[in-house]
Amino acid sequence: MAIERLFIANRGEIAVRVVKAAKALGIHTIQAHSEADTEMLAVKLADEAVCVGPAPSKDSYLNIPAILEAAKATKADAIHPGYGFLSESPAFARAVEEAGLIFVGPSADTIERMGDKVAARQAAEAAGVPVVPGSDGRIDVSEAVSVAEKIGYPVMIKAAAGGGGRGIRIAKDEAELKTLAPQAKAEAEAAFGDGGLYIERAILSPRHIEVQILGDGETAVHCYERECSLQRRRQKVWEEAGAMCLDDETRESLCASAVALAKAVNYRGAGTLEYLYDEAANEFYFIEMNTRIQVEHPVTEMVTGVDLVAEMIKVCGGAKLSMTQDEIKKTGHAIEVRLCAEDPFLNFMPWPGVVSTLKEPTGDGVRFDHFLSEGYQIPPFYDSLLGKVIVHAETREAAIDKLVEALESMEIGGTKTTAPLHMALAADPEVRKGAFHTQWLEPWLEAGNLSATKGDAA
Amino acid sequence: MSDIQSPLPGTFYHKPSPEEPPFKAPGDAVAIGDQIGLIEVMKTFIAVTADIAGTFKGYSVDDATPVTAGAVLAELD
Repeated sequence: MAIERLFIANRGEIAVRVVKAAKALGIHTIQAHSEADTEMLAVKLADEAVCVGPAPSKDSYLNIPAILEAAKATKADAIHPGYGFLSESPAFARAVEEAGLIFVGPSADTIERMGDKVAARQAAEAAGVPVVPGSDGRIDVSEAVSVAEKIGYPVMIKAAAGGGGRGIRIAKDEAELKTLAPQAKAEAEAAFGDGGLYIERAILSPRHIEVQILGDGETAVHCYERECSLQRRRQKVWEEAGAMCLDDETRESLCASAVALAKAVNYRGAGTLEYLYDEAANEFYFIEMNTRIQVEHPVTEMVTGVDLVAEMIKVCGGAKLSMTQDEIKKTGHAIEVRLCAEDPFLNFMPWPGVVSTLKEPTGDGVRFDHFLSEGYQIPPFYDSLLGKVIVHAETREAAIDKLVEALESMEIGGTKTTAPLHMALAADPEVRKGAFHTQWLEPWLEAGNLSATKGDAA
Repeated sequence: MSDIQSPLPGTFYHKPSPEEPPFKAPGDAVAIGDQIGLIEVMKTFIAVTADIAGTFKGYSVDDATPVTAGAVLAELD
């Protein structure tokens, strides 16, 4: 049964993206909003809108009973969760299914399985997808040396019962391991009352590479890879399609591994498999799967021409995939930068202003996904993402040039944005060369590469 | 008598975490720079400090309340 009335349980730029895609498919759109979001763009664009609760997310966008009630009251037949909020909540997906509505995403069971680190790792291994080599579960100090020899140094020693980085140590060789493992054990005992250890290969300075997949529950395809190594506080700030560091053979096996896992779990909808890539060893390791549309999906759309949001709505409405793998071709290179309402010169302090002027970046191969309008008060209650500037060109070099032009032509008055960060990155020789990894951006910022004067000059 | 105002729009909290007591109680001495609350703005927590000294009279808004920039958060005697 094709979807006829789609309820959008999200906000911001992704709500705008989903409303537009659904309307283009002839679907009636119902936009959920909190009391603080009555003025947002998706509310104005949707066919109808409904308030689901007060400003705090826990009372509105995370409030499962309120969302289900609103969806039923507006006679929705499907719910699109966007990203963040309830998009990866098995409880929400299950509640939607039980209410007789379509959840635009995979089944609750798939979300649950892929959201559990151990279960996801097992599913990946079963599908032949490489994972970071590690001990099979908990080990004792006495076993550490033999296990480390098998998986290769450097190794990371973690508390089996731990989390949040506590008790993590890196040993470069056997001598270090013999010193550090007992320390890790003692610390784990003190912190968690459990001295069990877990060790895995430490991938130092990896790149973050991910593969976009689409599935209809029976078959699955990939839409190639993205590289998202430029991160601050584990948040991606700049994303590219494709990953220039990969040779064709590696790219092919990476993408094939993603499809194998998607097929193995009968994946439905759009999803992303995230990998760490060890450039020196030319090896990639699966780390996790995101069972939803992602912020950076437009770069994939730019290079493949596939409308990922429309496709996920169609397959979740029961259609078969509208394309085969052979039909998905990649042309050129695309880059996306995230514009956040933050002051990059003041340690990225949030800056929720009123948009006084808005001049969108335009041009051939330039796309601007956002939810702004002149006079709009950016609400302080949610995350700071305002939108994304996406560019597409024949080569990576040309894409960076186009990004600079796009950012220069854009004007967002009345609020601070992270645009100066992207201008400085685009001017950096290492970024131009593509010579970076996930541990690159923070030291670059700490070294003062983004000072107020440099930003002004850029 | 004087007011402490919110430096930013956001959600104002009296306590460092839900399980802990408020930063200040009525009658407490307040020195310049003392933290009296937290503002959550765009998922970031920012300390609200006193820019004047005095005796804490009370919070002007409830815990976990949305506030605008410039809103009175607390009063001092």
